[in-house]
Amino acid sequence: MPDVEAFAPQYASIRHRDETAELGMWVFIATEVLLFGGLMLGYIVYRHAYPTAFAAAGRHTDIVIGTANTAILLTSSFLVACAVDAFAAETRKICITLLSGAILLGLIFIVLKGIEYSDEYREHLVPGINFSFEPANADGAQLFFVFYFVATSVHAVHMLVGIGLLAVLARLTYRSPDSRHRAALHSAALYWHFVDVVWIFLFALIYLPGRST
Amino acid sequence: MNEDNYLNAGYSLRSWFFTTDHKRIAILYFASLIVFFLIGGAAATAIRIELVTPQADLVSSDMYNRLFTMHGIIMVWFFLIPSIPNTLGNFIVPLMIGARDLAFPRLNLLSWYLFMLGGGVTLFAIFAGGVDTGWTFYTPFSTLYSNSYVAVAVTGVFIAGFSSILTGLNFIVTIHRLRAPGLTWYRLPLFLWSLYATSVILVLATPVLAMTLVLIVVERVLGVGIFDPKIGGDPLLFQHLFWFYSHPAVYIMILPGMGVINELISCFSRKQVFGYKFVAWASLAIAALGFLVWGHHMFVSGQSLLASLVFSFMSFMVAVPSAIKVFNWTATLHKGSIRFDAPMLYALGFIGLFTIGGLTGLFLACLAYDVHATDTYFVVAHFHYIMVGGMVTAYFGGLHYWWPKITGRLYSEYWARTAAVLIFFGFNLTFFPQFILGAEGMPRRYHVYPPEFQVWNVLSSGGAVILAIAYLMPLVYLGYSLFFGRRAPANPWDAPGLEWQTPSPPPEYNFDTQPVVTRPPYQYSPDFAAEPQNA
Repeated sequence: MPDVEAFAPQYASIRHRDETAELGMWVFIATEVLLFGGLMLGYIVYRHAYPTAFAAAGRHTDIVIGTANTAILLTSSFLVACAVDAFAAETRKICITLLSGAILLGLIFIVLKGIEYSDEYREHLVPGINFSFEPANADGAQLFFVFYFVATSVHAVHMLVGIGLLAVLARLTYRSPDSRHRAALHSAALYWHFVDVVWIFLFALIYLPGRST
Repeated sequence: MNEDNYLNAGYSLRSWFFTTDHKRIAILYFASLIVFFLIGGAAATAIRIELVTPQADLVSSDMYNRLFTMHGIIMVWFFLIPSIPNTLGNFIVPLMIGARDLAFPRLNLLSWYLFMLGGGVTLFAIFAGGVDTGWTFYTPFSTLYSNSYVAVAVTGVFIAGFSSILTGLNFIVTIHRLRAPGLTWYRLPLFLWSLYATSVILVLATPVLAMTLVLIVVERVLGVGIFDPKIGGDPLLFQHLFWFYSHPAVYIMILPGMGVINELISCFSRKQVFGYKFVAWASLAIAALGFLVWGHHMFVSGQSLLASLVFSFMSFMVAVPSAIKVFNWTATLHKGSIRFDAPMLYALGFIGLFTIGGLTGLFLACLAYDVHATDTYFVVAHFHYIMVGGMVTAYFGGLHYWWPKITGRLYSEYWARTAAVLIFFGFNLTFFPQFILGAEGMPRRYHVYPPEFQVWNVLSSGGAVILAIAYLMPLVYLGYSLFFGRRAPANPWDAPGLEWQTPSPPPEYNFDTQPVVTRPPYQYSPDFAAEPQNA
């Protein structure tokens, strides 16, 4: 492995480089928080304006798949956290197995999401394409489902990016488990946990309204 | 001239378009911004020609809508926002902090490609048929009623937004992590404080715009009503989300300019910046308070009186740190040994124009007066005083100041001073009459107006001719200096900053040995050469 521990000229040391990379990921997460923040603000404004319609629409979401997906995503985050811990030359097989498990769970999440979308299409819940709802709450419910689809699909895109990152890192870990890839895995893990946290908020906003009555 | 520099490190196209050198990426941005500035300027020229007479003679109403929209979109997102950060900032930040590059050089290059992609998509929208919503994309114009290329233009702005985010991210991390040994936060030149504050806004505000633009495209393309009142949507929500980005974006456009002015004022009055810590923290205060004032764009939109009162109060508050800066620059001049080199003329022009722009902003922050002035030329004049009188003047000032460092050449001082003075007079002649037009009630965005407004419009268009010529002059004499200018020494201004302690133009990796900083910035003295920060 020639030159694996070389670092770019703007850094003073390998450690300097790796810590800088991690700070970069934190700043990126800050920008992502505001990306989802704008969307959630819009949702909250309309939920405040149309509480009954949002509760009625919330009852049409699939709580079973939603809850299952929450558990799946939390488990995958746990696996990624363990993989970061297991990153070392002698334990790289464990690390790769954990990462593969996390990737698999991520893919299951996407598949379940797809099933959920197709169910919603059949139940006429897709605004602009196929939508009908009890007339009293139709307008508010349409707003609910617009936000539902935008938020979950933007989240799904983030999931796909994350799955891609983990796959690349699993391969790099297999090839050369050096400090550069440890830092990369650390940053990718931060990102994956962030996507997970976003989902926890989306879960509470999307699936839980209207369930208590 | 330094014979082994970043400019002659390679001559192939590949060495430019796949470079990760922050200096070359800055040059790529320079070249692209000139093109966008000329396109946006051409639209402004057409607008001013149309407004010479009260009737519609040059363009149709529909075309006029497209012209001012194009002018706004191009100038805001493809010139002002990237202007100082991506060109001067990109070039100077690593040099100023004694680093060999930004923290993430490849991300920096990606940011330029995203910018060009976004610019290309937006230009396609403009030349395929244009956009007629105004640069603000207000709903329901942008969602229900417009038949123009809204979705394409919005996509272009969306892509360019990620370029802004990457630049902001890179600057934040670079300033945190790559400062030279000894360069503590309070030893940073104030240009870096202001770019840091700018970057915070870029990172925190831009994603909200991105998401808002996604919602517009979803509403427009799928025909679902997100902001449509017919199904209970709220068009005001769009304005809130839009201005949550776009008001802080105003500070993205002015903070870097303020940063440049610190460097110029202290250099050409040979003094430390008065009240360094106040100026430094004023940048961050502007960035923080700037997030809390967006509602002053909506005083007549129907938001609650309480909200308007709070936003009005916060808008007055944000004037405080801006005023601190103006007073501190003035105090820096006091008893300085002032030299009127071209960059200093720009800096002094900036202070005057920014002060007028800032004070008229206070008029608009008043609830009562704003009702009268909303959507009139008073608003147009106000923000042009900040954006053009302020930011563009600072951009030119900084460009002249660092030109010897960037190119290794000296420009003609005579022509540079002439251009600086012409810009100042041309600018005032163009935009001051617009205050009067606005106060008398001429609305913006109309190309037909009552004949009594003509005299002010003719004055304004006459000023625009001078301004246009003055803006084109640097293209000529700076271009000339590239080939025939005298070779610049490493430190033509006797300035103490680290960027002046390396040859002009700098070598590929900026410094041959890692500089170690031993003293605060701006250690000028009136009669001796300045003490370098790393001496």
